[in-house]
Parts: sequence; structure tokens; C-alpha cells
Amino acid sequence: MAKIEILIDKCTGCKKCIPSCPFSLITVEDKKAKIMEGCTFCGACLEACPLEAILLEREEKKIDLSSFRGVWVFAEQRDGEIMPVTYELLGAGRGLADELGESLSVILLGSNLKEKVKELLQYDLEKIYQVQSPFLKSYKTSLYTQAMTDLVKRECPEIILIGATSLGRDFAPRLATRLKTGLTADCTGLEIDGESRNLIQTRPALGGNIMASIISPYHRPQISTVRPKVMRRAKPVSGKDIEIIEIEPRLDEKDDLVSILNIIKEEGEVADLQEAEIIVSGGRGLGKAENFSLIEKLAELLGGAVGASRAVVDAGWIPSYHQVGQTGKTVQPKLYIACGISGAIQHQVGMRTSDIIVAINKDAEAPIFDIATFGIVEDVHKFLPLFIEKLESEKQASTPSPLPSPLRG
Amino acid sequence: MRIIVCIKQVPDTEELGKVKINPATNTLKREGVSSIINPFDENAVEEALRLRERKGGKVTALSMGPPQAEEALRKTLAMGVDRAILLSDKAFAGADTLATSYVLAVAIKKIGEFDLILSGKQAIDGDTAQVGPGIAEWLSIPQLTYIRKLEVNDNKVRAERVLEDSFEVVETSLPCLVTVTKDINEPRYPSLRGLLKAKKEEIPIWSCHDLSVERKRVGADGSPTQVIKIFTPQPPGKGEILSGEISEVADRLIREIKKRKIV
Ligand SMILES: Cc1cc2nc3c(=O)[nH]c(=O)nc-3n(C[C@H](O)[C@H](O)[C@H](O)COP(=O)(O)OP(=O)(O)OC[C@H]3O[C@@H](n4cnc5c(N)ncnc54)[C@H](O)[C@@H]3O)c2cc1C
Ligand SMILES: Nc1ncnc2c1ncn2[C@@H]1O[C@H](COP(=O)(O)O)[C@@H](O)[C@H]1O
Repeated sequence: MAKIEILIDKCTGCKKCIPSCPFSLITVEDKKAKIMEGCTFCGACLEACPLEAILLEREEKKIDLSSFRGVWVFAEQRDGEIMPVTYELLGAGRGLADELGESLSVILLGSNLKEKVKELLQYDLEKIYQVQSPFLKSYKTSLYTQAMTDLVKRECPEIILIGATSLGRDFAPRLATRLKTGLTADCTGLEIDGESRNLIQTRPALGGNIMASIISPYHRPQISTVRPKVMRRAKPVSGKDIEIIEIEPRLDEKDDLVSILNIIKEEGEVADLQEAEIIVSGGRGLGKAENFSLIEKLAELLGGAVGASRAVVDAGWIPSYHQVGQTGKTVQPKLYIACGISGAIQHQVGMRTSDIIVAINKDAEAPIFDIATFGIVEDVHKFLPLFIEKLESEKQASTPSPLPSPLRG
Repeated sequence: MRIIVCIKQVPDTEELGKVKINPATNTLKREGVSSIINPFDENAVEEALRLRERKGGKVTALSMGPPQAEEALRKTLAMGVDRAILLSDKAFAGADTLATSYVLAVAIKKIGEFDLILSGKQAIDGDTAQVGPGIAEWLSIPQLTYIRKLEVNDNKVRAERVLEDSFEVVETSLPCLVTVTKDINEPRYPSLRGLLKAKKEEIPIWSCHDLSVERKRVGADGSPTQVIKIFTPQPPGKGEILSGEISEVADRLIREIKKRKIV
């Protein structure tokens, strides 16, 4: 059990330790610092104390971390396609590997991987682990965990990056628990601490109201799930000498615990809100369900997806998979247009990191204007039809007229 | 059916915005923030109650947390669960998802035979979604995550998983762990009878001594991850109000969007 103690004879009650505690657990009473319950023994206060008056005893975890080398990226596939997040992880992974002076590997699990390997050979990496088995045809928690665990135990990577998608967030916690190692969810920032080689993982918490930086100092591999659309995509390169390592996993039918009976696609053009670059969202300010057609029209014109506030989902105007926010989806498009949405905190946390936020609301005091890049204080029923009309005429004007056809002379 | 529901007490979502960092000291200010049951966990409780109504059996609510988490467990009693157990001990403090799921799994083993474990898809304070799968792994049972529809027949569980752009219909057998989304149901309000029962019901508190835990696996010691820093995210910043004649405003917006080459 770790122990933390204030050395009473050394402490002068200078209060320098108070702001250093990420959990606000230090107070000063009678000129002596006091640590309240809930300490995680992170050691931040030790550094802040000018008098070395804080004693931290951590059970020294004697594991040789130096035998863990290299950065791994898990290549997520959906319907036999490598998902975009994989290339984002390769972009981030390259930077980390270079910083550490280690190799970057991609881990590909599946049943028929030849084409996928070819695709990945175009990227700036050192190794491709090709783990092939009929059992790995589609993602299954238990089989993927088994195959990956065996590979990790054999190869001992230092870092594993996995996309923070519904697949990744099903897979990573199972894997990390089996390996009894640290996992940080939904990271938006990754960097290496030069001295300790620890991976500093930064992620939003408390609904995006705060950011936290997290390390796993005594455990390897360090595993992160990384939020899609945050890291810069790797670009294809040529002339890279990449080693392909073929692995035949030992898997057992009895580990195939879950069967996938059916996959139902959502209807609609860009159903995947989280991948959308443009989102037009509607709220209660639209007045009634029929008016949602304005939102659909605008989204279609801009080539974007349709979002919604919870109020209109609850009212049954639109199915819940369009809901953005704390109990809906977290999105990060280049452009988010909020129409008739008040911007309650629960809505904001799902969209506030969008690059550009446009808000249209007739109430100038609506909280959405606190985070809007461009605020428009207007009635949606007046503004949207006008805006749509203007966009349409622009579009027509800019579409080049068809070339004269030889048939038409 | 013997169902266990894992619930967590979290800061009230209405007030999450109030959990601010004091810029002068870089620490969390939590004054005036009250606590609620994690919203997704209410859906998990509701689903457990509905299954019990159809199949009979017993529902146990389980939470690891400080003594005041008892409040959240009382609410599940008021909703109708048969019993609630709180896992609370100073030694559990500072737990990350690995240590949390470990303690919950050990407690579940102590409770005894079970058919189904339900949890929320994620807790709204940490948003990790890791504790559910963690429990399933410690117990070596299958997991079905992000479930919006659940059917149990005999020994079989059939469920719909929510993926990014589709739904997956999956099947497994009991015992298993299911994490639920809010689409799965509408949680009920406590009944008057429930409230009365919840008031007088005894909630046992299990500490380290009541559980056969390995001490090095609980609390901060059992947690591979450490939070080393917290800070306020760069506020997106108040932007510009486009004012003027409505038609000019629309033109201006089109120009701004075009300038950034989004469309
Ligand atoms: C636990 C919990 C979780 C939640 N999760 C979510 C979530 O994930 N996502 C979410 O969105 N909400 C969520 N909410 C609900 C959230 O608190 C708000 O109630 C909701 O976002 C409000 O939706 P709204 O903005 O559409 O409606 P309202 O708040 O009613 O706002 C309507 C806005 O439209 C404006 N308006 C009205 N008429 C016009 C007009 N003609 N032209 C222009 N503007 C007009 C009004 O000025 C007003 O600002 C959650 C709440 C709780 C308690
Ligand atoms: N301390 C806890 N006690 C009981 N259940 C928990 C606890 N922490 C998390 N859970 C459960 O695990 C789910 C996911 O939580 P998290 O991994 O923290 O996002 C929650 O919805 C709860 O059902």
C-alpha cells in the first residue's frame, strides 16, 4: 500500500503544494499541510514542495520496462475496409516512434489480408504484423483479445494505439484488463516525456469541461484509445523497406462466444455523424417536426449530416442516432450549424470542439452564442429558407455549363 | 433471473459546467455540485427491473464509491431493485478502471451465482466505458457493449449493438455482461412504495476485509494509470455576432464558409 505523509517538522505551511494537487485534496491547517482522503499518490505535490516536507512511499514496482520496445497501431477494419482512424493513428504513432527512437508497426487481424497488407505497405512504418485466421474474419471481442494478447506477450511493445470507436472501445478495455496494464480512453493528445519515456495521454473528462493528462509509469504496454479525427493522417510514402511478419494465431472455437446474426445499416446518406465534416443540427426552435425538412435540405446542399438536440429526439421529431451531446454522440466536424438550439451544457459538450460553429437562434442570450464562431440572431424560419436559396443559386452559378456536345453541334 | 446492476454516482450533469478549474491554482472547484446516478446506469436498472417483471428473479444494485454513494443506491431501491450493496473503503480510493472493475468483479463473485450483469455504456464523469468490459474480463464471461435492445430467452441473450453507422444483432449465452445505451428504455420514476422501502432498507457496506481482494490490486496501488495534470480546455472563445440586414448576413456567412474551403 502506498503511503503519503507530511513531515510536520519540515512543513512551514507555505501552501505551495495546494495548487499542485490535481484533485484539490491538500489544505493547510495550523500552518501545516494536510492531505485529505482520495489521494492517488501521483506525486505532483512532491515537486511543488520547496522543503521536501512530503514523503511518498510507493511500492517499488520492479518490472523491467526496457524490454518493451516499439509503437503499435491496431488497424481497425469495418466491412473489410481499413478505417480512416488507422491512418490517423499511423500519423500519431510515427511521431511517437521517432521521439523514442523505436520502430512503428501496424497490427492487422483478419482472415484475408493480402490486399490490406498491400495498402499499408505504402505508409511510413517498419513492420506489418499479419495475423491471419478464419476466426478473425469479423471483429469478435474474445477472439481478437486472445490473438492480440498472445502477440503482445511475445513481442512486448511499449505503446499500443487503438481508435476510440465503438469497436476500439469494446476491444481495448478487454485487452488491457487481460494484460493488467494501463489504458487511457478517448485521447486527444499524445506525447512522450523525454526523460521517463512515459506516454503522456491527454483526454477530456467531465463532459469536456476539463482536460486530464495521464501516464502509466510502471506498466507496459501503455495502451490508448484515440479519438477519431483528431490526429493528422499519415500520408503515403514510397520506397519504405517494410518487414511483413506473418502470425498464425492459436485460437479455439470454444472462445467464439458471441455470434453476429445480422448487421442493419442505418438509412440516410451520411449516417455516420462522427465521421461527418459538416453537420447541420436542429433543435426545438424549429417549432415542429415538419420543419426539420429545412435542416435536411441544408445538410444535403452542404454535403453534410443531420444532427439534433435531445429535446427534438425526445419529442420524436427525429430518431435518436442523430442526437448530439452528452447522452448522444460527440462530434467534431469542420462546420457545425446549430439551428434553434439553445446550447445547454449537455448539448455543448458533444459539439464544442467543432472547428467552426454557426448558431442561428432568435434569443440573443442563448448560451449557444457563448461558443459560436458566428452567431446569427434571427428567426430560423426566416433565415434558413433565405440561406438555402442563396446557396442554391450560388451552386447553380458555379456549376460549369455542360460542354457543347458534338451531337448537338 | 439473478441480475446484478453496477451503478456509479457522478456529479450532476446539469451542473457539470460548474465543475471549473480555479485558474489561479489550477485545481478543481466542485462547490455546489450535487450528485446523481450516472444516467446510463438508470437505464441499466430499468432494464433489470423489466427483465425481472418478465422472468422473475432478483435484482442487486452494486456500487463502489465513497460513503455518500449510498444515496445513489437508495434511489435504485426506490426504483424497485431487491437489494443494494455498497463497496466502500479508504483502500479503494484513487482507483482507475482496472482497479474498479477488479473490486466490482470480486464483489460479484461474493454475491454468488448470477445470470446477467448490467452496466451503463459509460460514466459521464470519466467517459471511459472501460469498467463494464473490465468486469467481464475479470469474470471471464462474454460482453455485449452499447446495447439498445435486449431479449433473454432461456439461456440465450439476443441484443442489438449500436455501431457508428449500423446496428449489429448479436447473440450469446448467459452468464454475460451487457452495457446499455439510453435508447434501450425510459427509466421509471420511483413509486411511493419504493421510496418508503428505500428509506428504511439497510444497505450493507463491504470493505476490503469483507472481500477476498489482493491488496495490491485495489485503489491507487492497483491502478496502472495516474492523473498527473488537469487543466481547462482552450475555450472555443466567443465569436462574432453577424448583424445587419438578414440578406447581408446570409451572404456574409456564405463568404466565411467559402473562405475556409469547407464546402
Ligand atoms: C442527463 C441529461 C443528459 C442530456 N443529454 C443531452 C444530449 O446528449 N444532447 C442534447 O442536445 N441535450 C441533452 N440534454 C438536454 C439539454 O439539457 C437540453 O434540454 C436540450 O439540449 C435542449 O434542446 P433544444 O436546444 O433543442 O431546446 P430548447 O432548450 O427549448 O431551445 C430552443 C431554442 O430555440 C430558440 N428558438 C425558438 N424559436 C426559434 C425560432 N423561430 N428561430 C430561432 N430560434 C428559435 C430558442 O430561443 C431556444 O434557445 C440532456 C439533459 C440531461 C438532464
Ligand atoms: N465505481 C463504480 N461502481 C459501480 N459501477 C461502476 C463504477 N464505475 C463504473 N461503473 C459501471 O461501469 C460503467 C462504465 O463506467 P466507466 O468505465 O467509468 O465509463 C458505468 O456506467 C457503471 O455501470
